[in-house]
Amino acid sequence: MDAAQHLDLIYVILAAAVATFATRVGGYVLITRLKHIPPRLEAALNAVPAAVLTTLVAPAFVYGGIDVAASMLVAFAVGLRFSTLRMLVVGWAVVMAIRHGFL
Amino acid sequence: MNRGEFREGLREGFPVIVAASPFGALFGALAVENGFSIADAVLMSATVYAGASQMVGIELFGNRVQPWLIVLSIFAVNFRHVLYSASLARHVKHYTPIQKFFAFFLLVDPQYAESERRAERGLPVTFSWYLGFALVIYFLWLVTTAVGAVFGQMIGDPQAIGLDVLLPIYFLGLVLGFRRRDRFLPVVAASAVASVAAMHFVGSPWHVSIGALAGIVLAACLPNERAEGKRDPVEQEN
Repeated sequence: MDAAQHLDLIYVILAAAVATFATRVGGYVLITRLKHIPPRLEAALNAVPAAVLTTLVAPAFVYGGIDVAASMLVAFAVGLRFSTLRMLVVGWAVVMAIRHGFL
Repeated sequence: MNRGEFREGLREGFPVIVAASPFGALFGALAVENGFSIADAVLMSATVYAGASQMVGIELFGNRVQPWLIVLSIFAVNFRHVLYSASLARHVKHYTPIQKFFAFFLLVDPQYAESERRAERGLPVTFSWYLGFALVIYFLWLVTTAVGAVFGQMIGDPQAIGLDVLLPIYFLGLVLGFRRRDRFLPVVAASAVASVAAMHFVGSPWHVSIGALAGIVLAACLPNERAEGKRDPVEQEN
């Protein structure tokens, strides 16, 4: 990374910090003003995390190669019952096994 | 400051760091892999201080996504904090403005959940307790970030040791954490299809905004099955 890119990174981090703080104080500010959030807006806001995060999962699954897809499938099955930490451990073990020829 | 309550907070925060530490280290390692220095990684943990969104941020930065989109994505992933701060307002009315500033800056998922639980048990959410609980988590988050970043710099090829699958799986775990919300399946299906198509036809990083928008717009357009439906505002971050 060159100096200009690094400066960009610092700006991005600081802007992200301000944006995050805005969310953490925003609800407090809103609740003391706003009495009521329209239901469609609330539905849209509720959908934001799953919608954003899915865009970081689905393309990796489709375009990441068979080893990545296989480990994500196994991790998905694990995640229906167990914690994210266990998903990571099992998914990692699967991809390592495939890449290093144990499977 | 009440020392007893501060210490009680420290003690109660300890289990949280046991669960969060691996993610702090993972963030540090992956940040370095995406071009961050150790100092950059620690700076992000110290100022943004929101694990999942930090992961999203480094992933997008590594992909050379435009800065405004990175910031917007981090904002979107952290948007649930609006609900936390709205809900926490009842319990921190008596804080001074400075105390409120710190309380909201340190408002991560377990902090919110534990504050609500404490209020539910009839205990006051004093600033001493709140700060004790928050500081132990905050401090260890910075330490584990640094440890992961130092360790990450010693790693050669991230693919050979399987580091590259950890982020998608981590995000998959986060998605699953929202599976009890209204409209979860249609939102995920719409965002998945739209992001995969956008990746193919438009390219990275637009798959993020196009895919996300598809799910969000669909959620707003779907008929309102239960207008006063119950919603659990506490999401598990890990």
